[in-house]
Amino acid sequence: MKSTTISLPISIRDVTKTYGRTAALDHVSLEIASGEFITLLGPSGSGKTTLLMVLAGFIRPNSGEIRFGDREVTLVPPHKRDIGMVFQNYALFPHMSVAGNLAYPLKLRGIPRAEVEGRVARALDMVQLVGFGERQVDQLSGGQRQRVALARAIIFEPRILLMDEPLSALDKKLREQMQIEVRHLHQRLGMTTVYVTHDQREALTMSDRIAVINHGRFRQIDKPQDLYERPNNRFIAEFIGESHFLPVEVRGGTAYLGDRAIRLAEPPRHQAAAQFLVLRPEKLKVIDAPGGADLNVFCGQVKEFVYQGESSLLYVSLADGQPIAIRQAGGSAQRAPLPGAPITLGLAPADTIIVPSDEA
Amino acid sequence: MTTAASSARTEQQGFRQLGRNAAELSAQDRTEQWMLGSLALPGLLLIGIVALAPIIWLFWLSFRNAEGMTLAHYARLLHPSYLITLASTFELSILVTIICILLGYPLAYIIAQARPRIAAVLLLLVLFPIWTSLLVRCYAWLVLLQRRGLINTWLSDLGLIDGPLRLVHNFTGTSIGMVHIMLPFMVLPLYASMRAINPDYMRAAANLGASPVQAFWQVFVPLSLPGLAAGIVIVFVLCLGFYVTPALLGGGRVMMWSMQIERNVSYYGDWGAASALGVVLLVLTLGILWLLGRVIGFNKLIGAR
Amino acid sequence: MLANPATDTQITHARRLWLYVLVGLIVLFLIAPSLLVIPLSFSDSRYLTFPPPAWSTRWYTTYFAAIEWREATYVSFAAAILTMLLSTTSGTLAAYGLHTLRSRWSALAYAVFILPLVIPAILIAIGIFLFYAQLGLNNTLTGIVLAHSVLAIPLVVITVASSLKSYDMNQEMVARSLGATRLQAFLTVTLPQIRISVISGALLAFITSLDEVVISLFIAGGDRATLTKRMFNALRDEIDPTIASISTLLIALSVILLGISQFAQSRSKIGG
Repeated sequence: MKSTTISLPISIRDVTKTYGRTAALDHVSLEIASGEFITLLGPSGSGKTTLLMVLAGFIRPNSGEIRFGDREVTLVPPHKRDIGMVFQNYALFPHMSVAGNLAYPLKLRGIPRAEVEGRVARALDMVQLVGFGERQVDQLSGGQRQRVALARAIIFEPRILLMDEPLSALDKKLREQMQIEVRHLHQRLGMTTVYVTHDQREALTMSDRIAVINHGRFRQIDKPQDLYERPNNRFIAEFIGESHFLPVEVRGGTAYLGDRAIRLAEPPRHQAAAQFLVLRPEKLKVIDAPGGADLNVFCGQVKEFVYQGESSLLYVSLADGQPIAIRQAGGSAQRAPLPGAPITLGLAPADTIIVPSDEA
Repeated sequence: MTTAASSARTEQQGFRQLGRNAAELSAQDRTEQWMLGSLALPGLLLIGIVALAPIIWLFWLSFRNAEGMTLAHYARLLHPSYLITLASTFELSILVTIICILLGYPLAYIIAQARPRIAAVLLLLVLFPIWTSLLVRCYAWLVLLQRRGLINTWLSDLGLIDGPLRLVHNFTGTSIGMVHIMLPFMVLPLYASMRAINPDYMRAAANLGASPVQAFWQVFVPLSLPGLAAGIVIVFVLCLGFYVTPALLGGGRVMMWSMQIERNVSYYGDWGAASALGVVLLVLTLGILWLLGRVIGFNKLIGAR
Repeated sequence: MLANPATDTQITHARRLWLYVLVGLIVLFLIAPSLLVIPLSFSDSRYLTFPPPAWSTRWYTTYFAAIEWREATYVSFAAAILTMLLSTTSGTLAAYGLHTLRSRWSALAYAVFILPLVIPAILIAIGIFLFYAQLGLNNTLTGIVLAHSVLAIPLVVITVASSLKSYDMNQEMVARSLGATRLQAFLTVTLPQIRISVISGALLAFITSLDEVVISLFIAGGDRATLTKRMFNALRDEIDPTIASISTLLIALSVILLGISQFAQSRSKIGG
C-alpha cells in the first residue's frame, strides 16, 4: 500500500568517498528536512555531484550511511531507491517518444495501461507541454526537453527529487524562467529536493537552504540570506556574490585596516589575527567627504565607469592602490565621475563583514 | 556640384569598382577550387582507370556473346547449379553473420565498458587479426582443424571422441574460418556506437526503476542498433563476395559465388558468364549497402567504414 | 575485488563473471590460432603435431633456401613499398583536397574513393586481369603496384580524412595571413600535425599490399608471383610446413607494424 506522505527527510551521516588518495567526499554529514529544497553549491570538483550520485546510488561510498526517512539505503541499488532524478543533459531516451519516456517508469512499476495514459497526460499538463506526447525527443527545443525530463522524474510521485545542474544547458533568459518554474513545482508537489549547481545566483533564487561544499567538505550550510549577509570565511564570501577584500588585522575584538579601527556592528566572530574586510559593491555608497560620522570611510581615485544596463560599476583605486568596485543602480556615462577624480566611499557598520581566510 | 552629390558619385564609383573586383574574385576562387580538386585527380584517375573502367567493361561483356547483345549469360544463372551456389553463399553469409553478432556483441560491450587501459589492450587484440595476413590465419585453421590437426589430436587424447571429426575442407571449417576473419569487422563498428552512448541513459533507466537487465535490453540495446546494423551489413557483404577462405577451407565442397566467378575465368575462360555472375554480386552488394544507408543515413555509413 | 560494482547500475563483477569468461574465450578464439602457428614453425616434423616432437629451424632454412620463396618475398615487399609510397601521396593529397574543397563534388569524389572497398574484390580482380591482358601488364611489378594501390588508396583517404576532420583548418589561414603560400602552409603547418594519420595510412597501405591475395592470384604470376600467391597455391595443394615459418615471420611483421601504428597514435593523443 502506498504511503500518503509526499516527502521524506534525508539523512547523510559521515559519508566518505575516496579515489586513490583524493577524497571526493570527506566525512560529510547533512540532515535534510522533509519537503526542503536544499542546494549543494560549489565549484567544479568540489564533490557536489559525487554526493548527488551517492544519494542516487550510482556511486558507492567508502563509508557512511544514507537514510531516506527510516529506511537505510546505503547499499540499495539505484533502481530500487524510488527517487526522481533530473540529469544535466536530460538523458531523455531518443528511441522513445515523449509519452514513451514519461510512461517508462510507470510501466516498470506495473501500472496498468489505462492509468499510465492518464498520468502521462496529467504530467504533460503540469509542465505545459500538452499535446507533445507523440513527438520524438530530437524534435524538442532545449527548454522543452528540460521540462520533459522534469515531468519524467516526478511522474511516479517520488518523495525525493535529485537535480544535477538541470538548467546549465539553457540560455540565460530561459534559465531564469525555469528557475522560477522549478520552484513553483516544488511548492506545489512538496517533495524533498536536492539541487546541485555551481551558479550561486541560481542557488540564492531557488533554495530553502544552501550547503556550500568545497574539496569534499561542507563549508557553510545556511539559508540564502544568512549565507550572503554572514559568510563564514573568505571562500564563501568570494563564491557568493561579488566582493573585494582588504586585509585587516584583528586585535582585541576590533579589526584594524592599517592603523584605522573599522566600525563594526558586532565583534568579529573569529579570533584569527589575519582576516579580510569584505566589500560588496552594492553596499558601498558614494558620499561627500568627510560624510556621516558612523560610516566606514574610504578615500580613493576614480579609475573607470562601466555601464551595465540596470546598474553600473564604478572602479575606484584606494589610497594604497587596491582597486575596488561600487555598484550603483542605473547611472550614466555622461554623469559619471571622471577618471582620476578623487572620491569618498562609505560603508555602514551593519554592512561591514569581517571574514577569516578559507582554512578556518 | 554640391558635396553631397559628389560624395554620392564617389560612392557609386566605389560600388562599380567592387563590381569589377567581384568578377576577378570569383575567377580566383574558381582557380583555387580547381587546384584543390586536382589534388584528388591522381587518386581518382588511378581508381577510375584501373578498377572502375574494367568493371564497366565487364558489365558490358555480360550482355555480349559471339552473336552480339544477349541475355543468355544471365539466363544461364537460373540453372540449378548456380542457384545452389547462390543458396550456399547466402547460407554461409547468414550463418557467419549471426555467429558474429552472438560473439561480437558481448566483446564490443565489454570493451566499451572497460577502463581505458584495458579497453586499449582489448582493442589491440581485436585489431591484431586484421593486421595478420589472411593466409596465415587460414593456414592456422587448416592446422587446427585437419584430421590429424591439433583439435582432433587433443580431443582424442582426452578421450572425448573415437575418430577424428571432419572439421575442415567442408562447410564447418569454412564457417569457423570466416567467423574468425569477420569478427573484428563486427566488433569495431559496434564498439564505436556503444562508446557513443551517453552513460546517463543507463543511469536514468536505473533511476526510473529498471533493473540492470531491463535497462540493458530496453535502453542500451536499442541505442546500439546503428552500430549493430553497420556491423551486420559490413560482415554480410564481405561474406557474400569472399573468396580466399572458402577456397582454402572448403575443400571444394563449398562453392561460393566468388569461386564460381574465378572458375569461369580461369577454368572455362567464359568471360560472359563470369561477368554476369560478377554483376549480380555487385548489384546485390550495392543494394544491401544502399538499404543500410537508407536506414541509418549515408553519412554514418561512410564514417562507419 | 569481485564484490565491487562494475557499472553505475551497481552490478558487481562477481555477477558478471560469466560475461568475462565468455569474452575471454572469444578473445582467445581471435588470437590463439595465429599464435599457435609460431611454435609449429619450429617443429621438426613434417606433420603438424602439437607439441612438436622435436624443435628445429629447418622450415626457416627451407624458406630462405628456395629460390621461388625468395623471389616471391622480394616481389611482395617491393610491391608493398611502392604501393605504400604511391597510395600515401595520392591518398593524402586527395583527402586534403577534398577536405578543403567545400563543394558537393567532394562528397561524390569521396564516394568514388570508397568504392574499391565496397566492390567485391573478386570482381575488381577479374576486371583488372582482363584490362591488364590488353595492355600486357599482367605479371609485372607495375601492374601489381597499380592494382594494390587501388585497394590501398581508399584506406589512406579514410584515415587522413578522419584526422583532417578534427584538425583546425584555421591554422592554415593564420599561416597564410602571416605570409605563407598555400603550399608552404600545408607543408609547414598542416602536414606535421596530421603526420600521425599519414603514417597510419602508410602502414595500412603497406600491409594491405603485402597481404593482398585475390587480385594477386590473377595478375601476379610467373616470375612476378607474390608471396601470397605462392602461399595460396601451396595451401591448396599440400600443407607445406614451410608456410609455418613464413607465417611466423609475417606475424612478427604484423605485430611490429601494428605496434608502430598504435604507438604513433597514442603519442599523438598525448601531444594533444
